[in-house]
Amino acid sequence: MAKSRMDLHYEIPADDFARAGEASSSVKKILVQLGIDPVRIKKAAISMYEAEINAVIHGGGGNAEVTIDADKIVIRIIDSGPGIEDLELAMQEGYTTATDEIREMGFGAGMGLPNMKRYADELDIQTEKGKGTVVTIVVYFHQQG
Amino acid sequence: MKLHEIAKILDAEILTCSDSDIEIMSACGSDLMSDVMAFVKENVLLLTGLVSPQVIRTAEMMDIRAVVFVRGKVPGNDIVRMAEEKGIAVLTTCEPMFIACGKLYSAGLTGKGV
Repeated sequence: MAKSRMDLHYEIPADDFARAGEASSSVKKILVQLGIDPVRIKKAAISMYEAEINAVIHGGGGNAEVTIDADKIVIRIIDSGPGIEDLELAMQEGYTTATDEIREMGFGAGMGLPNMKRYADELDIQTEKGKGTVVTIVVYFHQQG
Repeated sequence: MKLHEIAKILDAEILTCSDSDIEIMSACGSDLMSDVMAFVKENVLLLTGLVSPQVIRTAEMMDIRAVVFVRGKVPGNDIVRMAEEKGIAVLTTCEPMFIACGKLYSAGLTGKGV
């Protein structure tokens, strides 16, 4: 029943804004090659990119583990950063703890987590203060239900 | 509106472009990339005053095919090359953001309809 399944691993370097987004870019290219619906690709690419940027900005870098099968993509972004103190607050549009330096890079507008929620079909965030954060994003390749 | 018409209206210099005939249906003017990513439309032109590789990454994720740097900002070669590899057109105009958006809006790029 399970057709081909693809497991991908990427390292997300800390504080390297020039390279931030490389993992998402690579995943997007693979999804294009697989002939996935462009609307679904955009949902996966944007939510992964936001999570990747967060790992660079807030998480001190980390890892991305991506699994692609016939009907969905599961993206896990894992960092060992400080964790999210108040997740409910962080989910609100416009809430940010980012520094001016990050804002100068065009991020830190308090839209990262809200954007992930907007585009992911499923979003799960496990975070522990002082230990890190694991963001899991699922995007289905076909309309559900 | 075709990309070459946009370049003319903004008196913009084209730094890289594989197809100036691409059709632009709407535009988004912002220096905040997450705000750009909250904006879901097709055939979008991005106008920004932010010069960073993340502008091109954002365009890539959003399937944005053309970026205009406003206020006379000229991106470095690394950014232009990155855009070129991804097939994203890059333009630069001396117009400030408000004027650039206003000129395009007045010329009919209102983002309404198809």
